[in-house]
Amino acid sequence: MDFTWKIGGAQGEGIDSAGETFALTLSRMGYHVFAHRHYQSLIKGGHTNYKVRVADQPVRHHGDRLDLLVALDGPSITHNLAELRPGGAVLCEPAHAALASARPDVTCWPISFGSVASDLGSAILKNAVALGASAAVLGLSPSSFTGVFRGQFADKGEGVITSNLEAFQRGHAYASEQGWRLVPGLPALPELPRRHLFMSGNDALALGALAAGCRFLAAYPITPATDIMYRLIRYFERFGGAVVQAEDELAAINMAIGAAFAGVRAMTSTSGPGFSLMMEALGLAGIAEIPVVIVDVQRGGPSTGLPTKTEQGDLNEMLYGSHGDIPRIVIAPATVEDCFAYAAEAFNLAERYQTPVIVASDMYLGQSRATVDPLSFQVAAVDRGWLVSNEELAAVGTREYPRYQVTATGISPRTIPGQPGGRYVALGNEHDDRGYEIEDPPTRIAQVQKRARKLDGFRSDVVKNRYVGPQDPDVLLVGWGSTYGPIREAREALQAFGVRAGHLHLGLLSPFPAGEVCPRIAMARRVVVVEQAITGQLAGLLKRHCEAHDRITSCLRYDGVPLLLEDIVRAVREVA
Amino acid sequence: MAVVLEEFKTSVKPTWCPGCGDFGVMNALGRAVASLGIPGHEVVVVSGIGCSGKISQHFGAYGIHTLHGRVLPTATAVKVANRSLTVIAAGGDGDGYGIGVGHLVHAARRNVDITYVVMDNHIYGLTTGQTSPTSDPGMATKTHPRGAFEEPVHPLALAIVSGATFVAQGFSGDVNGLARILAEAIRHPGFALVNVFSPCVTFNKVNTYAWYRESLTSVDGDPDYDPSDRMAALSRIEATRGLVTGILYRSRRPTFESQLPGLGEKPLAVLPAGLSGEDLEDLLAEFE
Repeated sequence: MDFTWKIGGAQGEGIDSAGETFALTLSRMGYHVFAHRHYQSLIKGGHTNYKVRVADQPVRHHGDRLDLLVALDGPSITHNLAELRPGGAVLCEPAHAALASARPDVTCWPISFGSVASDLGSAILKNAVALGASAAVLGLSPSSFTGVFRGQFADKGEGVITSNLEAFQRGHAYASEQGWRLVPGLPALPELPRRHLFMSGNDALALGALAAGCRFLAAYPITPATDIMYRLIRYFERFGGAVVQAEDELAAINMAIGAAFAGVRAMTSTSGPGFSLMMEALGLAGIAEIPVVIVDVQRGGPSTGLPTKTEQGDLNEMLYGSHGDIPRIVIAPATVEDCFAYAAEAFNLAERYQTPVIVASDMYLGQSRATVDPLSFQVAAVDRGWLVSNEELAAVGTREYPRYQVTATGISPRTIPGQPGGRYVALGNEHDDRGYEIEDPPTRIAQVQKRARKLDGFRSDVVKNRYVGPQDPDVLLVGWGSTYGPIREAREALQAFGVRAGHLHLGLLSPFPAGEVCPRIAMARRVVVVEQAITGQLAGLLKRHCEAHDRITSCLRYDGVPLLLEDIVRAVREVA
Repeated sequence: MAVVLEEFKTSVKPTWCPGCGDFGVMNALGRAVASLGIPGHEVVVVSGIGCSGKISQHFGAYGIHTLHGRVLPTATAVKVANRSLTVIAAGGDGDGYGIGVGHLVHAARRNVDITYVVMDNHIYGLTTGQTSPTSDPGMATKTHPRGAFEEPVHPLALAIVSGATFVAQGFSGDVNGLARILAEAIRHPGFALVNVFSPCVTFNKVNTYAWYRESLTSVDGDPDYDPSDRMAALSRIEATRGLVTGILYRSRRPTFESQLPGLGEKPLAVLPAGLSGEDLEDLLAEFE
């Protein structure tokens, strides 16, 4: 069973809340759900939609096709009709039914959401009417939705709950009376084998940070990263910690650096334009060896580009941004579960290697919601790296501690302000082992090499490059981040077509895992790099490190729309 | 063990020009901190870029030498991270009133409990003598050969109208007077700006020690001056064209840190890292 539903309308019409009610209800019923919200950079008006894919097996993206479209306005039909599969259906206002006639292979069921809602005294209830009709069409009983409605409107009082339930009932009754039925009825699932959670990548990322002991966030509001801030504000109030809404992104990252220097696990979260503003400070964290975590929930760029759409166009900036050379770690979660685990691991890596860690997310991963299995607490084990104890400092007994001591591993002992005998200067200028500014070549060489070598022994038990497929695939699909779901399903589809395909997904982007990646590329007859950026930034990274220029082609999408399965299948069939 | 001035000296010789006003600022800061009995390891000096920024290396405390203009966000976070530390932010007029002037407004309105010492020499020193945001109109520099023609930034008035709760001005030629002001500023619970006239003996031939001695007046010892009167402070600053020393304004309101809902008695820096399994389970329930 694999079914997709979408509700569309104008922003401000309750599309999101209807979508969430639908998705959460099905998640609670035990289905696997993936929900994606399409919206625009405005508050009221414009077109928005919320798509939910429901299956009895885990799903990792919102799906290419559409089975049922619920259109609260005309543009919802115009924009989404093409996505419907033959035999699919539209629920819409009678006035808009003619728009659906452009697809004779699609059924159109007219129902007046608006007048039913108005009869109940409030036009805003039309989303609940539409939900009720949807449920009837899918053979879902109203009782399945009651609990979710209650939870959703708990703060608004019994009146709001009752009126929404009433509107839902009316929609359900009308559609049932008409005998509309798209599927025979979603099968009742057996008792849930495991607890199902329904959450977004941003939710999971905030939770992972908290679990890792992050107790400081400084950020400036920016779509699509701000959810992280909202969540941490609530968590820190309960568990201790500070969120500072900074005056700008320059302040935000410098605050995170200040807090990390002072010994707190600290981060900043942002998106493309904000990340660009942080470049100078990224270098400071690198040279002063301050363990700061930076989350970039990418959106369409450059500049303010496509603020509410997804892209993977910041890869080069994450890998190469800021002047000079610094050791940096760039990790890319691919799933909601990864967002939790990688966020937690980011703090371990930052402190273990005493260098900035960039967590590369994007709008599709950060804001889509999916059912996930209970998150494992094991991954959040805390490793604070080489912190010197007060006893050790007393034994050293110096007034100027060699914080930047040159060591074989490149990692130096770290002290925290307040520790007696640990005094040093964290310096953005080149410095000696105590943090004093220098310009002499031997000290410069010793320090710059020390920093460069700290990632030589890089290891992480959490960050993984995943591979599935034969050892010597005809086509190797390579991707990173949120394209994981579409690539994974595309690989399976290709296997079904008889293409021996492999899928390599990079969780670690810097330091580049050449030893793991290049042999995989060498074994493949063709390599298709799948990414959402016009210049093929990941393909460029692979070409830089592995010798495979003649066998690499790209599958690109850069219109702001999350990658589809058919994009990948098409690209592969062109080369296979 | 008593804290002695010696504690705040480091083994590295300052690279400031002989006669630089910044020596006076550093000496006064050492005296101020020593007079308050605060040991060096409990002090963090957060500095910016430029000659003034070198103070974090020359002062025997924990230090962080940040980016140009970013002293205040960094210092704010150090204080939020560990409220038991004494946080001194230090920079110059270019650093703080040029590239960083936006942060001054926000640090003042937040009322973070830090002391911000600005070594104001009315010129860019380390980049060899260009006009600064506080250069007087008419002052000729490499970038304004016919004389500066912009209105200077008025740091004291700006800080007061932005919500700073302690605003003072000192002169590095009067180390004792400056040390007293700095000690008061450090003791003050809230954001304290101390602008210090700190002559650049190499590039600024107008605003010299002698010039300041002639031009400055002080509110210290003036029985009619009430530093809690905001309008009086602004009037005095206006009347003296900013050439006035002493504690010009002092008031009380809750600090930024004291109002952050997630900050308890224990500094964040010493909170146990991580989360218990039970707490995580509890949080996950929200997503069911």
